Amino acid sequence: MKNSSTTTRSQSREVLGTSALRPDGVAKTQGDFAFSSDFQAENMLWGATLRSPHPHARIVSIDPTDAWRIPGVETIIFADDVPGQATYGLIASDQPVFAQNVVRYMGEPIAAVAADHPETCRRALAAIKIVYEELPVLFDMDLAIDPSTPPIHPDGNVFRHQRIISGDPDIVGDVIVEGTYDIGMQDQAFLGLEAALAYPDPGGAGVELVVATQWLHEDRKQIADCLGMAPEKVRLVLGGVGGAFGAREDISLQVHTCLLALRTGRPVKVQYSREESFFGHVHRHPGRIHLRHHADRNGKLLKVEGWMKLDGGAYASTSSAVLLNGITHLQGPYACDNSRLEAWATRTNNPPCGAMRGFGVVQACFAHEGQMDKLAVALGLSPVEVRLRNAMKTGDKLFTGQVVDSVAPVARCIRETDAIPLPAEPAYGTGSLELPGGSGRTSDPSHIRRGIGWGVSIKNLMYSEGFDDSAEARCTLADGVATLKFATAEVGQGFVVLAQQIARTILGVDTVVLDAIDTQIGSAGSTSASRQTWMSGGAVDGACRLVRERLFEQVAHVHNLNPLQLAVEGTDIVDTLGPLRVPVSEASKGLRIEETFLHRHRPTEELDENGQGNCHVAFAFVAHRAVVDVDTELGLVKVVQIATAQDVGQVLNPLTLLGQIEGGIAQGLGLAVMEEIVVDRGVVKNPSFTDYLLPTALDAPDVVAIPIEEYEPLAPLGAKGVGEPPCISVTPAIVAAIRNATGRDITRTPVRPQDICLPT
Amino acid sequence: MTDTTGFYDLVVNGERRQVRDSWVGESLLYVLRERLGLMGSKGACEQGECGSCTVLLDDEAVCSCLVLGASAVGSDVVTIEGLAPHGAPTDVQLAFVEHGAVQCGFCTPGLVVAVHHLLERNPDPSAIETREALSGNICRCTGYGRIFAAVETVVALRKGAGK
Repeated sequence: MKNSSTTTRSQSREVLGTSALRPDGVAKTQGDFAFSSDFQAENMLWGATLRSPHPHARIVSIDPTDAWRIPGVETIIFADDVPGQATYGLIASDQPVFAQNVVRYMGEPIAAVAADHPETCRRALAAIKIVYEELPVLFDMDLAIDPSTPPIHPDGNVFRHQRIISGDPDIVGDVIVEGTYDIGMQDQAFLGLEAALAYPDPGGAGVELVVATQWLHEDRKQIADCLGMAPEKVRLVLGGVGGAFGAREDISLQVHTCLLALRTGRPVKVQYSREESFFGHVHRHPGRIHLRHHADRNGKLLKVEGWMKLDGGAYASTSSAVLLNGITHLQGPYACDNSRLEAWATRTNNPPCGAMRGFGVVQACFAHEGQMDKLAVALGLSPVEVRLRNAMKTGDKLFTGQVVDSVAPVARCIRETDAIPLPAEPAYGTGSLELPGGSGRTSDPSHIRRGIGWGVSIKNLMYSEGFDDSAEARCTLADGVATLKFATAEVGQGFVVLAQQIARTILGVDTVVLDAIDTQIGSAGSTSASRQTWMSGGAVDGACRLVRERLFEQVAHVHNLNPLQLAVEGTDIVDTLGPLRVPVSEASKGLRIEETFLHRHRPTEELDENGQGNCHVAFAFVAHRAVVDVDTELGLVKVVQIATAQDVGQVLNPLTLLGQIEGGIAQGLGLAVMEEIVVDRGVVKNPSFTDYLLPTALDAPDVVAIPIEEYEPLAPLGAKGVGEPPCISVTPAIVAAIRNATGRDITRTPVRPQDICLPT
Repeated sequence: MTDTTGFYDLVVNGERRQVRDSWVGESLLYVLRERLGLMGSKGACEQGECGSCTVLLDDEAVCSCLVLGASAVGSDVVTIEGLAPHGAPTDVQLAFVEHGAVQCGFCTPGLVVAVHHLLERNPDPSAIETREALSGNICRCTGYGRIFAAVETVVALRKGAGK
């Protein structure tokens, strides 16, 4: 077997750099781990939300009389029952807790009910009579941008308009290629549906909410504003989080659940169904991008010009930040001086869009990688060669004027991916389960063509544009046991094991206890933007180092030494200049040392009107090569292999790193060939797992992954965030492979069967 | 909810359990979780697409969201809680942890039941047989690679143990 790591593991300490095992692993396999949907309370009620069936309508009247008559119904609340601020939002507070006079997207909340049973809730919702007057649906981005279109919201129909102009925007290349690219709306589709349980304080003076979220403190702020309470009256506890991928950054059921609990004076649990989940959280922005790339005869990029339009749907969420990421990454991981780019994020009556793994860069990458392939064809170069000739290096300047001072091994990522052996040629028998299309067994081996495609990407790490980002952590050392406290949302990525590894490494302890993840400590910021290893990792590292300094002072005092000459070696404190060696467990006996550390990254700036400014913190890079088999008659695709080399900085845990890489690739594969929320004039057509297709075990490609390990001096642990890059350039790589197999100029993702076998 | 309530007994994990005051429309998943307090089975799609709620019903792997609780009377139900005592994981559960097959963990109980079911019927599955057997269990975090590694390890360990 490849992996008989159990014995080696028991012999070595689970410090940084090892495949330490996650502390919640066994509980999760045994069904003992409590997700937010698993909490129950004495005397608990169930809550549910009434949502608009229309994408745009005026609410003429609401009559809840019949619903109130249903036995078991305890309360029904509407917009007028929101005691504090009527709206919320991560960046702009433009989204109503409940729609007041108008609904702007299908699924917008209008009322909530609390009752004795989920079925009572469903009946009550069905009994609320609402008369709507349907309004014209704004579903087109170009119409939203057109200033003559009436605004569908007081804040207007454009969330952000940004341009970037750099160098000589009028320069003309020897070779010019042009393309327009469309990206469909992807859903995060975490498995653990939205769920929360709210406990009202006696007299309604405050509330405690157990919830699955990515950012406890930001939730608390928005909830408190809507409840009209001081933030300290709202206490949040992280319920087990069943995946997130960006979909838990915005408020969904938090305010509704608290309101129902405060109104009834009883604990209230709200849990979405899968269908409701599709309406209850934001999605990845669909978009259209047009680019024109100029190069000289040698294939050196001279200029990128064009535009990007992302549809943010009905409410702002993080659209303005997604757009910033999108436009600043249209350059790709390639050195180039000159640009003229323009981008819009629009408001329409489509479903609201916001954060999803990759955050604007997925869309940008699909377009710039399509362009690099066109450039390769125009120049007679291979896809690898055109990318190598332009690969960005540390010290190169972005279109924004920002110098890339991160480690930037782009060429190495490409070369090492290229060196990974290709899979064996296809050898399908008739009726083979491994054929494209899988268990349907409709594919014919004689129609199968193989294709190879490339994708390379750059991704910013952490938040951008002047956001004051920080993470706090506390470390307590007592009797050889370290206890860590932080508000970092563990959503599956494995921060809990990383935190333990850091404490073991810095402090020389073996037992690291993790305190509850809640708002009883300062914010850790969001588990997003590939930022927690850097930010919360930096905070845990800082707190542990402060504790270690104080421990050294104690030991030095006892042994009459200078604390500066002490070091931790394994589980001992040693004198680097003398014979002293004392186990940490012994040195910390009877002591209790506690330190808190606030970690900040360096400041960033907003872009000016020409898109100039040091707006990002740091960058990571990755290359993907996809091999696909396509049944050209049926339009079926099987992704055979993904080869990848990823710039990760220092490897802190090889096992969790591989998990991020393989998991991200599966999500990128989903966007390439199957995942799309289909929206027709604002109406969502496939809000279920029957109709929204996700990659299964039969769709998973063989992944060959190489970490490019170059210590990142900017990062507290030398490690870059690794969560987002795996899902970014894999999508364009797969689509390029389908183009390669079919000869079709496919310009949209996901690629549907009709795009392959019935091209327009 | 007093109009159509049910009173019945279910045999779950070898124990006879009383279900009282249950609306007859409740799924087996709901009854297991909300009536019997067995929270290990998870609900994530309510349509039998994701497999998170997989339990064994008379040794068959089923989606408990698609089975009415009242229709499981007279059957043997085994849930994730019935596979091994708390804190004493099975070989499959241990392999999942050691090979990184667990991230958020929401799909994990259903997958663990499905893997046990697979290896009971087919102790030495080919790679494609494993993929086919697990294709009814969606995992959104791992991309499945570490899950396959965990299954391969269990197969090899069981062979080595002469099972």
